[in-house]
Amino acid sequence: MTAQRLLLFACLCFANTPHLLAAPSELSSLTDRSAQWPSWEQWRRTLLLQDYNTRVVILGVAILGGAAGLVGSFTLLRKRALMGDALSHASLPGIALAYVTGTWLGMDGKSLPLLLSGATISGLFGVAVILWIRNQTRLKEDAALGIVLSVFFGFGVAVLGVIQQMESGSAAGLEDFIYGKTASMRASDAQLILLSSVIVMSGCLLLYKELVLLCFDEGFAGSRGLPVVILDIALMSMVVLITIVGLQAVGLILMIALMVIPSAAARFWTERMWWMMLYAAAIGTIGSVVGAMTSAVFPKLPSGAMIVLVCSFFFFLSMVFGSSRGVLVRYLRRRRLHRRIDRQHLLRAMYELIEPQQDGETYDSKSLVSVSQLLPMRSWNRGRLLRAIRSAEDDQLVRLRGEDTYLTRAGFVEGARLTRQHRMWEMYLITYAEVAPGLVDRDADDIEHVLEPEVIDELEELLEEQKMRIHVPVSPHDLAITGDQGAAS
Amino acid sequence: MTASSPDQTPRSKDWPATAGSSNDAQVPLSVYDLTVAYHRKPVIWDIGFDLPAGQLVGVVGPNGAGKSTLLKAVMDLIPRASGRVRVFGESYRKNRHRVGYVPQRESVDWQFPVSALDVVTMGLYDEIGWCLPVRKKHRLRALDALRRVGIAELADRQISQLSGGQQQRTFLARALVQDAELYLMDEPFAAVDAATERAIVDILRELKQTRKTAVVIHHDLQTVPEYFDYVVLLNMRIVAHGPVEETFTSENLQKTYGGRLTLLDEVTEAMRRREQAL
Repeated sequence: MTAQRLLLFACLCFANTPHLLAAPSELSSLTDRSAQWPSWEQWRRTLLLQDYNTRVVILGVAILGGAAGLVGSFTLLRKRALMGDALSHASLPGIALAYVTGTWLGMDGKSLPLLLSGATISGLFGVAVILWIRNQTRLKEDAALGIVLSVFFGFGVAVLGVIQQMESGSAAGLEDFIYGKTASMRASDAQLILLSSVIVMSGCLLLYKELVLLCFDEGFAGSRGLPVVILDIALMSMVVLITIVGLQAVGLILMIALMVIPSAAARFWTERMWWMMLYAAAIGTIGSVVGAMTSAVFPKLPSGAMIVLVCSFFFFLSMVFGSSRGVLVRYLRRRRLHRRIDRQHLLRAMYELIEPQQDGETYDSKSLVSVSQLLPMRSWNRGRLLRAIRSAEDDQLVRLRGEDTYLTRAGFVEGARLTRQHRMWEMYLITYAEVAPGLVDRDADDIEHVLEPEVIDELEELLEEQKMRIHVPVSPHDLAITGDQGAAS
Repeated sequence: MTASSPDQTPRSKDWPATAGSSNDAQVPLSVYDLTVAYHRKPVIWDIGFDLPAGQLVGVVGPNGAGKSTLLKAVMDLIPRASGRVRVFGESYRKNRHRVGYVPQRESVDWQFPVSALDVVTMGLYDEIGWCLPVRKKHRLRALDALRRVGIAELADRQISQLSGGQQQRTFLARALVQDAELYLMDEPFAAVDAATERAIVDILRELKQTRKTAVVIHHDLQTVPEYFDYVVLLNMRIVAHGPVEETFTSENLQKTYGGRLTLLDEVTEAMRRREQAL
């Protein structure tokens, strides 16, 4: 699933490149972005937020990142993340045409409200075309997304090229929408971002439980009378709002990253929606602030790229160290599980080897089992077996003397219990074969909690018939606690 | 409103003339002339029935017979080409709060970052109201519902860490927490372990004792006589509906499943066992 999405993303990126190459003129600034090391004074001014303009920009970008993280959590879980990408790419022709129209009408072609109105209209038009293609043809949504995204973006780049040839230089700055440039942001622009972000944040928080239900179980939401279509439109509108106002700071190619990366990173840290949302907002905020500051210190580095790079740094950090689903945690969990399985295999193997010599429940410490006897019982190698033995030794279940091992009293009880549980599960899966084994919670420890007492009795009888029944000896722990009772039985 | 069904389509002769025309508030679910089509192709045709109150109703039919479609159309989740649905004598919209829905387990992504308790509280969102947070009393009620299905101790688990049966019980608890009078369940017995099957059957019996009605899509023919009082046999059209004793016959099953049915003998056996038990 994830691999598919990655592949799709790669394809989309690839789909973009020809257009970038086809229109080098207005993008040439990308190549001569030779970064100069800034002076101490520049560092100080930026980091201490001494300029009014820097303060405004940082504040605007911070709240933008937070709002994008919030709404991104929902779109990610609604599996609509790429819709935002198509939307932002589709906004480029709108920006270019708005500039042309504005200039032609004698207005200031570069006024932000004008450009963003154009962006909104063409972005929404792009989304509408995606939905139309999906509904009218048999193409799947990913194909429709890819087509619209690349065609609209290509058209936008072409229009930009034409503009620059017609009125040389006057359209400079429009390409900042492609990569994002916080430096070109004015206080009024930041206010617009602030306002939009506050709207989106309150929307996400007020409609929190409705949106969660929509994303989790659309059918149930509908059955409870939640207006699913209206909620979907509300969510999409918030995406539109954040994408459009974020164009200037992050740029339309990378805007999607600010929606996806923080929420995807947050998922590694928690299993709770509420916390995921807050973590995503935090990662979005920090990533945007650090990225925008970097771009402010190195004016030649586009802020969009910086923001995305900082966010992706947090993403990799989360992916590896995430406390809930991180790679490391999952590796440790899997290792612990394997060790536990090895432990169960060891105790069962030892118990079954000495079982013929045992007389029911009595414990005989003289029954030795050699390592070479244990080796062929399972598909373990010697090293793994010895590790399992040593770990069991640490827990006082097994003793190792040279090449021989034996079960302690506690180990004997545990071995008998585990063997019984495993045999019972095997018997259950044979007897109730119509229950798909994969769906049974068959951690041997849990059998008595999962199965009904009658089923347990029935299984005991079946095992008795096959002479495989085990009377679990009285546990030494119980003896210690319940004294007389244990002795009586 | 009286039943004046324009009889243009041929219907089986045991079709009651008044089927599905009831506005009676006592009738939990009344469906009349229901047709649903996806992409020009009709999925269910001319469905009509009145269900008796306080009974466990099994909806049975082969794959693709339109069982889930029927439930979804009743709840206005998909558009109907024609037809009328009455829930306790009113439209579904009006009596929505008296209906509990258990969707198919496969219909959602269980990796979603919510706990079992969170899922159950979703059954109360309607009652809590727009924009208001879930409060303690709601969580206590949700916990109660989880206790009824026997997994209260798993309330805080993220839902992907539940077994299939436990996930199904969570869905059941989400419907139970609403304290509805009519329950619509889409394959609650699909791929669950024996303990869960038992727990669901117990819940169904409990519902019946308190005069609630449950409409359950079911695929295991053998257990139909054991679990249900009333049965609706569906294969795009209603083949038959009525009390299990009269309706769940080999003849009707043959009509429903055609050549696909190999379980007939076992079903006959199950019916015989039921008679002996009674």
